[in-house]
Amino acid sequence: MSIATLPKATAATLTNPRYVPVLVTFGLFLAMFVAGGLRYEGFFSGQIILNAFIDNAFLLVVAVGMTFVILTGGIDLSVGSVVALSTMIAASLMAGPGWPPYVVVPLVLLIGATLGAVMGFIIHVFEIQPFIVTLAGMFLARGLCYTIGTDSIKIDDPTFTAFAQTQIDLFAGLWISPSVLIALAVVAVGAYVLHYTRLGRSVYAVGGSEQSALLMGLSVGRTKIAVYTISGFCSALGGVLLSFYMLSGYGLHAVGMELDAIAAVVIGGTLLTGGSGLLIGTVLGVLVLHLIQTIISFEGTLSSWWTKIFIGLLLFVFILLQRVFSMRRPRRSP
Amino acid sequence: MSGKTESLTGPILLMRGIGKQFPGVVALDGVDFRLLPGEVHALMGENGAGKSTLIKVLTGVYEIDAGTIELSGQQVAFSSPLAAQQAGISTVYQEVNLCTNLSVAENIFIGREPRRRGRIDWKRMRARASELLAGLGIDLDVSTPLSSHSLAVQQMVAIARAVDIEARVLILDEPTSSLDAGEVEQLFDVMRALKAQGIAILFVSHFLDQIYEIADRMTILRNGRLVGEYLTRELPQVELVAKMIGQVLADLEKLHGEARAFDEPLVQAQALGRAGAVEPFTLTIHEGEVVGLAGLLGSGRTEAARLLFGADHATGGQVVYGGEPAALRSPRAAMQRKIAFLSEDRKRDGLVPELTVRENIILALQATRGWTRPVPREQQDKLVAKYIAALKISPAHPEIPVRNLSGGNQQKVLLARWLILEPRLLILDEPTRGIDVGAKAEIQRLVVELSDGGVAVLFISAELEEVLRLSHKVGVLRDRRLVAVLPNDDELTTEALMETIARGGAR
Amino acid sequence: MRRLLWPLVILALLLLVNVVFTPNFLSIQMRDGHLYGSLIDILRFGAPLMLVSLGMTLVIATGGIDLSVGSVVAISGALACLQISQDAGVAWAVALALGLSVLLGAWNGFLVATVGIQPIIATLILMVAGRGLAQLITDGQIITIVNPAYKLIGGGYLLAVPFGILLVLAVLAVTAFLVRRLALGLLIEAVGGNAEASRLAGVRSKGIIIVVYAFAALCAGLAGLMISSNVSSADGNNAGLWIELDAILAVVIGGTSLLGGRFSLGGTILGALIIQTLTTTIYSIGVPPETTLLFKALVVTVVCLIQSPAFRAKVLGRRRRPPAPGPVPGEKVRVSA
Repeated sequence: MSIATLPKATAATLTNPRYVPVLVTFGLFLAMFVAGGLRYEGFFSGQIILNAFIDNAFLLVVAVGMTFVILTGGIDLSVGSVVALSTMIAASLMAGPGWPPYVVVPLVLLIGATLGAVMGFIIHVFEIQPFIVTLAGMFLARGLCYTIGTDSIKIDDPTFTAFAQTQIDLFAGLWISPSVLIALAVVAVGAYVLHYTRLGRSVYAVGGSEQSALLMGLSVGRTKIAVYTISGFCSALGGVLLSFYMLSGYGLHAVGMELDAIAAVVIGGTLLTGGSGLLIGTVLGVLVLHLIQTIISFEGTLSSWWTKIFIGLLLFVFILLQRVFSMRRPRRSP
Repeated sequence: MSGKTESLTGPILLMRGIGKQFPGVVALDGVDFRLLPGEVHALMGENGAGKSTLIKVLTGVYEIDAGTIELSGQQVAFSSPLAAQQAGISTVYQEVNLCTNLSVAENIFIGREPRRRGRIDWKRMRARASELLAGLGIDLDVSTPLSSHSLAVQQMVAIARAVDIEARVLILDEPTSSLDAGEVEQLFDVMRALKAQGIAILFVSHFLDQIYEIADRMTILRNGRLVGEYLTRELPQVELVAKMIGQVLADLEKLHGEARAFDEPLVQAQALGRAGAVEPFTLTIHEGEVVGLAGLLGSGRTEAARLLFGADHATGGQVVYGGEPAALRSPRAAMQRKIAFLSEDRKRDGLVPELTVRENIILALQATRGWTRPVPREQQDKLVAKYIAALKISPAHPEIPVRNLSGGNQQKVLLARWLILEPRLLILDEPTRGIDVGAKAEIQRLVVELSDGGVAVLFISAELEEVLRLSHKVGVLRDRRLVAVLPNDDELTTEALMETIARGGAR
Repeated sequence: MRRLLWPLVILALLLLVNVVFTPNFLSIQMRDGHLYGSLIDILRFGAPLMLVSLGMTLVIATGGIDLSVGSVVAISGALACLQISQDAGVAWAVALALGLSVLLGAWNGFLVATVGIQPIIATLILMVAGRGLAQLITDGQIITIVNPAYKLIGGGYLLAVPFGILLVLAVLAVTAFLVRRLALGLLIEAVGGNAEASRLAGVRSKGIIIVVYAFAALCAGLAGLMISSNVSSADGNNAGLWIELDAILAVVIGGTSLLGGRFSLGGTILGALIIQTLTTTIYSIGVPPETTLLFKALVVTVVCLIQSPAFRAKVLGRRRRPPAPGPVPGEKVRVSA
């Protein structure tokens, strides 16, 4: 991943088991893209890829947070609801009291991070399964949405809408939205944290073996609370990006997004049991999910629900691969 | 306690009068222990001797109830394994406590990574890791995941990590139990190198040969008490075994006086073995015969029993049952042939603690019938009542959770589970361990009764005296090999058995 | 049973709140030969959840979890309605839907028991793909049907009692028979309580696990029929959405530990009733219905904290004996709230 190691890494990279799952996903992505290009008119364009980023910037950010959590061997079911709650808070504060975006956005991010931190704290200190705690978080955030309001709230703050509608022109008529830059920045920061900081390495260690991490003197509790905080923050940021995309706040936004995020992470080659995976894989996972949708819409005769079936099939294949991969490892103890 | 050699420098670690109790058990009682710099010190003892408790006390897993611990003359008390580590006491367990998903270099440095301008300096970390491993005579690509290396290398990496945290005391808890001979030599080379650097090494192993090869000195524990501290070269193996197993006061009357002649072979193990667990062995068990298995902890006695029950898959050889080859692919397959197995670890492999005494007793019977054919409740109650009475299980209440019973009564519940099946071969793995004297005598008497009734019994016990009292013949295991099968005649004594265990051959 | 104490207290409190706000809450009347009343409504609307929770209880008792039941609810309803809309007989439609459900459950069980995938991951696959399957069956439409015989399942009455309630009672009776009269319950609890000990005692745990997942899917399929019958239509997208979460919640409230082992069918029924009563209560006391989720979050948190040994030790510690530092750190702590 680092530029310094790139030249000599290429040969070893292809055989290093760390990169194999990501390469598989990359191969899948390429195959789908080429197949789509050969089959459909107008598919083979750069904008198709850029659209994947434009339409999924929020999902990408949420999936980054989910990757952190899954790398520790946990799970966060609350992300979709926190995204919705963030759009709701942002929209209501800008529409009602007319707060400016530069106050609202940081506040939303703080709320998301705090929610995540509290869930992480409960998971660690009271030793309750992440599944249940984040399920409660999911109910809580969704419930809070509805207490703010049951209808969609339109966002018409001029600064906010202007930013949301900005097109950043690249070459040859290609363009992206600012959200894409934000999402890519989040990916970059996330990758840096995972690879170059002690927190990031602790995340992998905890996912590999919590017991060992503890005995090696790592602060397991701090790491676990940190990843849920990061996930909460990413969900809130994802919510802000979704507000840019939708220009509204709504309690029914992002229903089921936790499943998309989990699917992207798993298809990106991250082990659901934790300890192995790369953020670049998650990016590819999101792209693959988008490509499935695009292909199905290009196909015309296939209806949208095939997306879910294909995602399910992909999940099955990748989970099966993970299972085979983990069985091939040398046994740890007699 | 002997002070035969006092080295010039004082001990780096001194433990005095250590006491530790658990509810109902005195795990350590006034144990003294010391470690000198630059020595390999073996901690010896059978199950329940207190070895692991002593190590856990030393590494801060448990707090002590009595006694003092001094490290380099300073009195210390560790609140956690981390605190002990920071004070210079590092432990490498048999089951390596590293993260196998991370690279070799990271496993050595995680939590202490070299950094430059706030970010982890991978280049320097790899260079230092390579250097460190080279110092231990190991050359490998430190950027590869630890999981891609053998357990031996994983051990070395754990040791490298421990050493780099400036360990003064290194505890190696059964590091060799899953290594092959070449890997053990590699480990010993590393240990010798560390010894030369003045590190004190506490070494636990069940392999006597290894102890005599590497250890300078040994401390022997038995039943939570100190037996003594000895120089390895001054203590013959037979004496070591005797001290570990305990003195036999008098030749007790043998319940099975003479070796009888048996004509009906029930089960034959033919070159049966499992790689890494027990070498191929051949053993015949007749109907009504009690075959004892003697050997120290880790000698392969449990592993042999598990093969005969189909609990593990054999990698070689076969079992012949009633004259025909029998593929024992699962415990079910063994149970269909009326083979029963009372496991050594009651908690892990036997009881379902939440369930009641009745449910635990009928579990195996119900399992053989499947869930669609329940054992009628009256029949259950009758059977359970019968065995509660016969085995004197107390409290004699079938509907309380089995977790609330004492160890001895839990053992009887498990016995009852198997007796209900009316087995033709009953394998008992340490059935009398950790239970009171009364229950022990009852279980011994039961073995005799079963044998008289034509049931074959494979009786495994660390207590040689018990083995001798009950068995018609005795198989002796050492270092995962069945080294001898001896008829239990008048000449066979506990001394002779110890001799065989220590020497590893027929008398 | 002491473990049912807390759920009973909570249910009683909820009912009490209702009585305070609506004095005639407990009254049950006979109208047009049908039973009417708030209590009847709770039972009637809670019936699908009770069904799904019953199946979920057995899955959780083996130490597993089934996230796919919501999708199975949708698939089953979709298939039955499709068949009926194509003029198939009701019996055939029902049989087909339930048969497919059982097949899907067996697939889950196969992944868990034979392939060895963690339950939460294995059932996630069907949770995602199943929604697509349901929509595939309905062709993305909401299939509306008019069929009095089918209507009976979820919306009809038999002997004055809503048929759904009778169906729940029947399934409860069958489940109780399977687990307590036959030996399924014992073997499930053994596998969930100590898998290795069960293997060494000869329990065929693979078969047990497959049966249990198949049963959970069957219950979900039945719930799917009930839901689609009640509204006379099948919605592949929204039928049974999030019911798996409510079902897990009901099981946990009912005192069955997520770690597996001992389970309580009565507790689960209580748990499902608490969830349904909570929803009803929120309507009846005039709190906006949207806040139901907030209360659910509160109930989940409180129940899980009470059941958490760490929470008891750390927060309620002074009222209890200090935990003995026994030499068995792996031992499971009994949950008896």
